[in-house]
Amino acid sequence: MARVQDYLRKSKMPHIWCAGCGHGIVMGALIRAIDRVGLEKDRTVVVSGIGCSSRAPGYMDFDTLHTTHGRALAFATGVKVANPSLNVIVITGDGDAAAIGGNHLIHAARRNIGITTICFDNSIYGMTSGQYSPMTPTGRIATTAPYGNVDQAFDLCELLKGAGATYVARSTTYHVPQTINLIARALEHKGFAFVDVLSQCPTYYGRRNKLGGAIEMMNWFKDNAVPVQKAKQMTREDLRDKVVIGEMYVADEPEYTGHYQMIVDRAQGRGAGR
Amino acid sequence: MEVTGVSVGPNIRLMQGNEACVEGAIAAGLGFFAGYPITPSTEIAELLAERLPRLGRKFLQMEDEIASMGAVIGASLAGLKSMTATSGPGFSLKQENIGYAAVAEVPCVVVNVQRVGPSTGMPTSPAQGDIMQARWGTHGDHPAVAFTPWSVSETYSLTIKCFNVAEELRTPVILLMDEVVAHMREKVVLPEPGSVRLVDRRRPEAPPGAGYLPYDPGDGDIPPMAAFGDGYRFHVTGLFHDRSGFPTNDPTVAERLLRRVCGKVEKRRKELAMVEARETSGADVIVLAYGSTARPAWRAVRMAREAGLKVGMVRLITLWPFPAGEVAELTHSARAVLVPEMNLGQIAGEVERAIRCRAPVHSLTLVGGELFTPDEIFQAIKGV
Ligand code: SF4
Repeated sequence: MARVQDYLRKSKMPHIWCAGCGHGIVMGALIRAIDRVGLEKDRTVVVSGIGCSSRAPGYMDFDTLHTTHGRALAFATGVKVANPSLNVIVITGDGDAAAIGGNHLIHAARRNIGITTICFDNSIYGMTSGQYSPMTPTGRIATTAPYGNVDQAFDLCELLKGAGATYVARSTTYHVPQTINLIARALEHKGFAFVDVLSQCPTYYGRRNKLGGAIEMMNWFKDNAVPVQKAKQMTREDLRDKVVIGEMYVADEPEYTGHYQMIVDRAQGRGAGR
Repeated sequence: MEVTGVSVGPNIRLMQGNEACVEGAIAAGLGFFAGYPITPSTEIAELLAERLPRLGRKFLQMEDEIASMGAVIGASLAGLKSMTATSGPGFSLKQENIGYAAVAEVPCVVVNVQRVGPSTGMPTSPAQGDIMQARWGTHGDHPAVAFTPWSVSETYSLTIKCFNVAEELRTPVILLMDEVVAHMREKVVLPEPGSVRLVDRRRPEAPPGAGYLPYDPGDGDIPPMAAFGDGYRFHVTGLFHDRSGFPTNDPTVAERLLRRVCGKVEKRRKELAMVEARETSGADVIVLAYGSTARPAWRAVRMAREAGLKVGMVRLITLWPFPAGEVAELTHSARAVLVPEMNLGQIAGEVERAIRCRAPVHSLTLVGGELFTPDEIFQAIKGV
């Protein structure tokens, strides 16, 4: 097994994430998963949007693409369709993926295109210093929700399952071995794979909401995470304020670029269908 | 290769402007198209949806214009010649990512079949209202290259030109059509296959290794470009970056980057300038027009000549970078310049700057969604 460092651009260290930020843990889990499934460095493209999470590709030694805010999946779709032999991984944050990029997230899932998307989900806009995101729980404080957030948070896993993603999972920065497993499974999956990883932002979410530092926030993940199997036996009321983790949904449906090749064959008068 | 349009002889087709754009793009080596339906550009997407898979190339209908532009950039970075096509409101939506392509130096072609705006405007009526959007649409200073055809045949050749310039300069190139050119049908004489000059982006000469700097222009001003998957493992960002492609806050490096990216286009102003002069020698009034407006304008010039007036025409094919030198030269002897355009005078201002008040510039404007009649322009000529 290669070392994590072998996948990092050491010249870009130290990283710019705050002390205690969960994003390094998620990136570390992604790298370990990449190593476990044996993705070739030269055949792997890591794409991100804008935000704290989206600085991760800069640290990773692959072809890397830092796009405009919310548009990582659109750029990544172009890369994957242009060259389906590439492994395409998208790193995104909760604001990037679910707010400005929500439309692209839904449609990438609908196409079931073979892209693995990892959401570094910290419930806040970190890079712009703590405004509420579509993942900020109702009632929590943010700079733009000084009296408590009135919006409802998304359940991104439910959303993506409904939209057509064929691999959907959730984990947290506390559950590192499980996070690695789930991302590895996502990378090996043929269609659109999505892993939501809850990550702590002690700087702007934890402090303002009096959740403590990184350790307290990770302990909160430990105490409030419910495995998906167990969650099935629980009521809605019991699950309030809990985080369901594990593999939510796996299905086997035609992957987009493979399906597209069949269309090409049909247009050229070859293969099945005509 | 099969070609759209009605065959009227060997290599001669009766085609629509949008069809000619499709054929030009395919001849230029278009490998990837992503778009979102919008009138009056829709036929471009419809035809490519049919043609590209048959050629083993890629067509994608994305969820919106923003996504289309993003996908085009991604596909270009993966090594394919890429294009999108849209109309006014869609062009507005693409602007942020056009700026990205400009600063990240990703070659691509953006076709905008103009319609009346702002906002939803008049979807099926012609206009030339996006001239300044093509120049200054995205935020910040940025390079801009835009061409505009006046005929179906020219649409074909200019589309190829767009790809060549995009690939050579590593920059987005805009084809500004208008509804009239897009939807009219005309004869197109297709060049013999293989006779058209095609340009491909310059690839790095050294094999993958630790030394590749994706934004090092070397002795010139355009860096060679590797594709994702080639093994160079490079970083691309819309942030200001150094030669290695990584973000920088160094004012000197940032300044040098933007000056180079804009300068590579500015410096080739003459090379890019396509301006057509018709009966300009000795003319004391010049009608300066472009796109479909140049058609009634040319008719009006001939009417004026028949009436004994010394009138000539200058037709712009290159809009950006603005061919100021050529315009100044071709209008040198004129005592007045008349600029008819289907907007409120977007190019007239540029002409004024180019000729530096040496002669009065009369702006003749029309924004109601109709084409000028030759007589309207003829009357204006008589009035100057
Ligand atoms: S602001 Fe929050 S998310 Fe961003 S680096 Fe700091 S701790 Fe991490």
